[in-house]
Amino acid sequence: MKSVFVYCEVENQKVAEISQELLSAGKRLAEKLGAPLEAMINGKDLKGIESQIAPYGIDKLFVGDDSRLEPYRTLPHAALVAKVLKQEDPQIVLFGATSVGRDLAPRIASQLNCGLTADTTILDIGDHFVKKEKVEYKDLLYAIRPAFGGSIMANIINWDMHPQMATVREGVMKKEIFDADYKTEVIPVNVNEIVSDTDFVVKIIERHIEESDVNLKDAPIIVAGGYGVGSKENFDLLKNLANILGGEVGGSRAAVDAGFIDHNRQIGQTGTTVRPKLYIAAGISGAIQHTAGMQEASMIISINNDPEAPINALADYVITGDLGVVIPKMIKYYKENAK
Amino acid sequence: MRPLKIVVLAKQVPDTRHVGPDAMKPDGTVNRGKLSTVFNPDDLHALELALNIKDRIPGTQVTILTMGPPKAADIIREGYYRGVDNGVMISDRRFGGADTLATSYTLVQGIKKLAPYDLIVGGRQAIDGDTAQVGPQCADKLQIPQVTYVEEILEIKEDEIIARRRLETGVETVSAPYPVLMTVHGSSPDCRSRKAKKVMQYKYARTKTEMRKGDPVLEALHIKRPHLVIPEWSVEDINADVTKIGLAGSPTKVKSVSSIVLTATESKVLTDSDSDIEGMIKELIKHHTIG
Repeated sequence: MKSVFVYCEVENQKVAEISQELLSAGKRLAEKLGAPLEAMINGKDLKGIESQIAPYGIDKLFVGDDSRLEPYRTLPHAALVAKVLKQEDPQIVLFGATSVGRDLAPRIASQLNCGLTADTTILDIGDHFVKKEKVEYKDLLYAIRPAFGGSIMANIINWDMHPQMATVREGVMKKEIFDADYKTEVIPVNVNEIVSDTDFVVKIIERHIEESDVNLKDAPIIVAGGYGVGSKENFDLLKNLANILGGEVGGSRAAVDAGFIDHNRQIGQTGTTVRPKLYIAAGISGAIQHTAGMQEASMIISINNDPEAPINALADYVITGDLGVVIPKMIKYYKENAK
Repeated sequence: MRPLKIVVLAKQVPDTRHVGPDAMKPDGTVNRGKLSTVFNPDDLHALELALNIKDRIPGTQVTILTMGPPKAADIIREGYYRGVDNGVMISDRRFGGADTLATSYTLVQGIKKLAPYDLIVGGRQAIDGDTAQVGPQCADKLQIPQVTYVEEILEIKEDEIIARRRLETGVETVSAPYPVLMTVHGSSPDCRSRKAKKVMQYKYARTKTEMRKGDPVLEALHIKRPHLVIPEWSVEDINADVTKIGLAGSPTKVKSVSSIVLTATESKVLTDSDSDIEGMIKELIKHHTIG
């Protein structure tokens, strides 16, 4: 039985969030196929790392543990992953659509001469009938992704060159513990045997990584502004509302491009995907690039001067008016009515 | 420092940043005719990075390479207008329908013909697919290291080049030996504008295909100034294996496409009056959405 295989990212003994999402998504695919879930993790001091991810239902975990494997560099990781993929011959391979995954996955796809779908947001299993060959291919990976600037969703398949690979957007797959006591077989990989000195020709001289203090993904309430907010100063209104409601502030790409709000608060296809309990969209017209990243909010309030703004179609409450008038009133009546 | 030999990979793309309502046909497919084409934005950044090295190290040779339909010769001319030394088109109907794997194979066949080179640069990704795959795939096929998401070249030494990369959560400075392939991030400096003198010099640069309808004046000019003939490489010119190019060489296939329909929710439409807003806030508190 062919497996589903997930490449896991790790830094300072902490498995990346995206990798946990991928393992959950990979397990769901594996269950549909009745196949095992395999994974690989490469980094340093990884003893016991399986305890963080075994509960996602990994059957076989390959571990490359070597101080030279962290921070991530393309060539040694590519050599290790390609080696294990050739040996295990999985049906499906998933990477995060992160700085690392988007650097590594294409290199491996080229080496294995297989297809790779970028930035997938939906994964599924299905069949495909190839007319020319008159063959029905069963149990293929459906890698579904936004395309053409987000105006369409395309279902990308690959039936003739294995494995089927995809990178998956961060924050779109739901994390799900499969079994807290899952028995994972841990297989150490002999790093020295696989990587050579020439894999380390690119040298990291300096590295500066900022721990993000923004957590849009887990915020129950988000107050987001678009280009229609008009200025950085007006964004303070949104911040006030977010603070009072116990939420976070976000912005559309247009608001970020205009410099109203920081890049790390961007919501949408090229930013973070969010699913809050309440999403307040102020001065956001609702380009698909934006709505793709927030349409699963449980409740949506749209505040816009334009009664025809596309986002209004998604909203539970549409308030037609100036946000400079509406938001202070929301704050006022919230203070009056909340206990 | 010795001069470098640089190849810039660039692509002409539909302008997906300005998708109007008429860009989609009623059946949900893309109406390509309604989308204008542009120089892929990240590739312009790559071009600037190469030209900047040429400024710093006189004698550096910059060649721009593109694959595309005859119309993509615009990319070569745009390169000339900004200061590249050479331009080459890879163009043949049989290359059509290529995904990233087939594209990288094709480009690499072209790059091999341009060898030797010290540096290959391209944009991080193209706006028609946002895949960011072709750069790393070319590097793999050329068996050279890759440095992705480059923001700035900090130092150019005899045996290595030092660059700063822009990652999602920070920056990283790396050194790499030659030859190396770099993909350039949109946060790097914008491309310089066209130079009037270069525009005058190269505005009549054409490929053979562009000249197929005949134009006696241009033909005469091209005989006088052969550098205005843009080389156009076919499948045979780059020795490409036909099973590895175009649709046949592309493992990924589009099974289906659906346009995104905003699922209409039954909305309550309110004004900015006090009573409307107070009513809404009370409802939200009652349903424990807030409070």
